[in-house]
Amino acid sequence: MLNFPRWKIWAITLTCVFGVLLAIPSLLPAHVTENWPNWTKPHINLGLDLAGGSQLLLEAETESLNRQRLEAVEDGIRAETRRNNIEIAEVSTADNQLTFAVVNPAQRDQALQIARAQGGGSGMGGQAAEWDVSTADPNRIVMRPNPTGQAEAIKNAMATAREVIDRRINSLGTLEPTIIQQGAERILVQVPGVQDPEAVKKLIGRTARLEFKLLAENVSEEQLASGRAPAGTQLLPTREGSSLPPQIAVQRRAIITGDQIARAQQSFDEQGLPDVSITFDSAGGTRFAKVTRENVGKPFAIILDNVVLSAPSIREPILGGQASISGGFTVEEANDLAISLRSGRLPIELNFIEERTVGPDLGRDSIRLGIIASIVAILLVIVFMLITYGRFGVYAVIGLIINALMILGIMALFNATLTLPGIAGFVLTIGAAVDANVLINERIREEQRRGRRLLDTLETGYKEASTAIFDANITNTIAAALMFYFGSGPIRGFAVVLMIGIITSVFTAVNVTRMFVALWVKRKRPKELHI
Amino acid sequence: MRLLKLVPDNTNFDFMKWRNIAFAISMLLVIASIALVATRGLNLGVDFIGGQSIRVAFNEAPPLDQLRGQISDLGQGEATIQESRGAALPGATARPEVIIRMPLPEGDEAAAARVATQVRGVIESNYPGATVLAVESVSGKVSGELFTSGAWALALAMLGVAVYIWFRFEWQFGAGAILTLLHDVALILGFFSLTQLEFNLNIVAALLAIVGYSLNDTVVIYDRIRENLRKYRKMEIIPLINLSLNETLSRTIVTALSILLALMALMLIGPDVVFGLVAGIFIGTLIGTYSSIYISAPVLVWLKVTGDSFVPKAAVSGAERVGPRRTEDGAQV
Repeated sequence: MLNFPRWKIWAITLTCVFGVLLAIPSLLPAHVTENWPNWTKPHINLGLDLAGGSQLLLEAETESLNRQRLEAVEDGIRAETRRNNIEIAEVSTADNQLTFAVVNPAQRDQALQIARAQGGGSGMGGQAAEWDVSTADPNRIVMRPNPTGQAEAIKNAMATAREVIDRRINSLGTLEPTIIQQGAERILVQVPGVQDPEAVKKLIGRTARLEFKLLAENVSEEQLASGRAPAGTQLLPTREGSSLPPQIAVQRRAIITGDQIARAQQSFDEQGLPDVSITFDSAGGTRFAKVTRENVGKPFAIILDNVVLSAPSIREPILGGQASISGGFTVEEANDLAISLRSGRLPIELNFIEERTVGPDLGRDSIRLGIIASIVAILLVIVFMLITYGRFGVYAVIGLIINALMILGIMALFNATLTLPGIAGFVLTIGAAVDANVLINERIREEQRRGRRLLDTLETGYKEASTAIFDANITNTIAAALMFYFGSGPIRGFAVVLMIGIITSVFTAVNVTRMFVALWVKRKRPKELHI
Repeated sequence: MRLLKLVPDNTNFDFMKWRNIAFAISMLLVIASIALVATRGLNLGVDFIGGQSIRVAFNEAPPLDQLRGQISDLGQGEATIQESRGAALPGATARPEVIIRMPLPEGDEAAAARVATQVRGVIESNYPGATVLAVESVSGKVSGELFTSGAWALALAMLGVAVYIWFRFEWQFGAGAILTLLHDVALILGFFSLTQLEFNLNIVAALLAIVGYSLNDTVVIYDRIRENLRKYRKMEIIPLINLSLNETLSRTIVTALSILLALMALMLIGPDVVFGLVAGIFIGTLIGTYSSIYISAPVLVWLKVTGDSFVPKAAVSGAERVGPRRTEDGAQV
């Protein structure tokens, strides 16, 4: 047990040196390591509770996506049947499915073909259809969203949403956001060091679905009052504080949408009020010119996220592909809207379901206090070890310090995140690391009392203590691994430190201190043990 | 230099003499804890019940009633306002801080986040110079998930280690370990119910740490019992457990003291935010140390553990060893 070949001494020493070196960049202040090349500074990430910042969890409202898809397929069916002179009736989108009746039974098969084509999505090459088309009664056609197609649609929407959020946050400047998808329908956004989390929330939470729709004509007062719009139209609320009536009926079909915007920026209108001027891309511009030419004199609505911002009339065809959106904005709001429009709309509505924000002051205080407390904790333990075990206490303390640095080093190597509960885990690990040394030293004391010879005492002490150390640490590893796997947030932060700490503490307590003892015995050939 | 010996050599305490009394007290405490949690409940944080927790530092301590009134005017439910020990570095003076807790609002999943925004607005417009230090806002759905995942992590961690101990030792030891852990968790929950310290996700981490520590202690003692069962085949189980507890007593005390010392530092000067977590682990360390002596060991007596299964087949028929063992390997299962 006390026989250490030269290679083993080297291996242990090098491991320690390497582990400690890894920790150094994290311990030095940032301005010192600033100019070091990147590979020389593995770094521990500070969790948002220490660094300050916002963590936001967004969840997709898949209902809204289903509704959008349903509307899209309804529009498609209406347009195609009209083009083919097929009369349809009793169109319904209730129960998340589209049903319609074909008035002339002879046209049923043709209508079915149209429905299949509309519901096929890309439909080629064995790809599953997005809609299951079937017939009920002889002449009624039912289109149900296919679960695979629906999941696919959500997946695509979420991927796009991630990119959009990324673009929006990046437009705020030098923040370094982390944006990860969690599960099928959630996106976790972490923005360190953010000063105004409300601004971030406002910016990324907005769907920014911009639509231009013609106002519906011939909608009677009663229909408006009852809230039931005639087929092909819809009732939308108007912006608060505008001079428009609270609800306006518009054509369901948009004449143009924000998807075709090439540029958007904040500007001022003739009265000097903030607005957003947008420029359509070339296809959008052409289309915009065409519809404005066809509808001169008619009013249309500019709609953002299903709220009517304004309803001007088309005075003349707009040929340059430019338009401006006003809506009683402040400069900031106009600017935010411009960013949202530039970065594209969110393909799916997202709700904030969790927010955790820690201001930079609180984070800074937490980390300083955490560090001070950890140092005091370690010092107390060191003093206690020294007065209890003397020389063996010194070895234990050296092991302890190497252990503490190695935990930090390994965390830096894996780019692990240190959180506040992690600091508590760190202190606990230091305590547990002491335990391994205590087990060994107590066992040595015991064996000494049994009257063994010195070498035999040390050998047996290390050997007998190691089963207990082994079992205790394995059980702890199992607990920590399960915590990490099933826990969330702070539990994980805690478990990570614990797992790393278990490995390093066994290494330092068993190998490093034993090496010191072995070297001491070899050099000094002590005649008695003072422990 | 004379070294500190907290526990004299060769102690011979009759721990097991008190096992029935200790067990009765433990059971009473467990029942009391369960009753306390059932009647008084835990002061569950927003992590588990949803809602908002907003931490604000003011330049001057605000009149709490006025603040409560201003927030209630939002019509989003009654705010619970609690003054907090500010996080001040040594030498600096802390600004007065309060924690405003809002219940989970009615409405959709996004409502919680909106209320947080509104409360922020109230504070910023009424108290210039006040800083919102931290906001936690958790919707009902997420809080439910956090609760379930926390409970699963705890339950599975306990079960996982019990199974390991069962395989590595004997089933009685596994049963003893899980009983010990249940006892510890019940008492800690009782402690949090009694003190009404906020019970949040951090505290689940604390519970897990306690489970880890208590287990560590239990395993060390079990390891010694197993060793002595192999060594002294003729010895009665009660004196054998007493011997094992006395042999490991010094270790038990030294380790517990080092951990308590470290935790004390963190509790007294560490950040306010982790006070509950550290206080929980501190109490848990005391409970865990006690329970590894007075729950996990007596269980072995009641479950009639014997040394037979730890002795290699060949040795059973061989001579009984009484003296100190030579250093052959002892890790057979």
